[in-house]
Amino acid sequence: MTRGLRLIPIVLLVWLVVGLSWRLVKPGDTAIPSQMVERPVPPFALPPAVDNKAGLSAADLATGQPRLLNVFASWCVPCVTEVKVLGELKRRGVTIDGIAVRDTPNALNAFLARNGDPYERIGADRQSEVQIAFGSSGVPETFVIDGKGVIRRQYIGALNASNVAGVLRELEQVR
Amino acid sequence: MKRLALSLLLVVAQPLVADSNLPPAYWSDRQLPDPRQEAEAQALMAELRCLVCQGQSIADSDAELAGDMRDLVRRRIAAGEKPSAIRGWLIQRYGTWISYKPTDEPAAWPLWLAPLALLLAGGWLIRRRVRLKTRD
Repeated sequence: MTRGLRLIPIVLLVWLVVGLSWRLVKPGDTAIPSQMVERPVPPFALPPAVDNKAGLSAADLATGQPRLLNVFASWCVPCVTEVKVLGELKRRGVTIDGIAVRDTPNALNAFLARNGDPYERIGADRQSEVQIAFGSSGVPETFVIDGKGVIRRQYIGALNASNVAGVLRELEQVR
Repeated sequence: MKRLALSLLLVVAQPLVADSNLPPAYWSDRQLPDPRQEAEAQALMAELRCLVCQGQSIADSDAELAGDMRDLVRRRIAAGEKPSAIRGWLIQRYGTWISYKPTDEPAAWPLWLAPLALLLAGGWLIRRRVRLKTRD
């Protein structure tokens, strides 16, 4: 009886060490998925982020046509490679709207001139307010939005060339 | 000499593109004029988890997104919104992950039961000790 009890601290210690080393070798996923997926886009209205393009509001995302909403920023490094993938999607007929987080018109214009501009509209989210309303936790993130303005899928991190086929299929499915 | 100067410059170097080039949001590092409201905001911010520095509360974090969340909390409290409503609004977006306050959902039951279990175990241990002593 007592011998068994004495083993308890040792068992607990081994369990702790095994648990800690397991998480060291295989760290958990730190991405925070948005709970807004399968919900309508939250109400919002953002002013234009650059002079030659319209701003973005919730109504612009419920036009009967499925589309992508890209949360990005000119100061975000992965966004540079992602915007080229978005350009490819645009060539395949996808409508892409953008939310520029904490950005300035000058920096954004330079970013679009250098890397290409796949955006239909770009809203300026200067205090991350709309980003938070979407349950997005960083840049870049991309939301697939159906014709009724319901968020159907969230991509956390930059889209790459291998995502193109999948995104096109999803946009077709939510039509 | 040139090399030394360059390495000294590195000491004060700032990451060029890790953060945006906009100043922090107005209420991110500014107290509300009403002390009662500021206390409410502080209490809530200490219980909200930063999305960037995931072990910190937004009250402690230097991340820009945490600053924007502090601004959001203070603005909403100044507008008369209840802290519980703001917490609920954020949970609706990020799940219970965003809040440090334990919920009553089944996943948190072990947390609530642990103190009781430990107390019982402690009581049992003391009882055994006392019994052993009296037998001596």
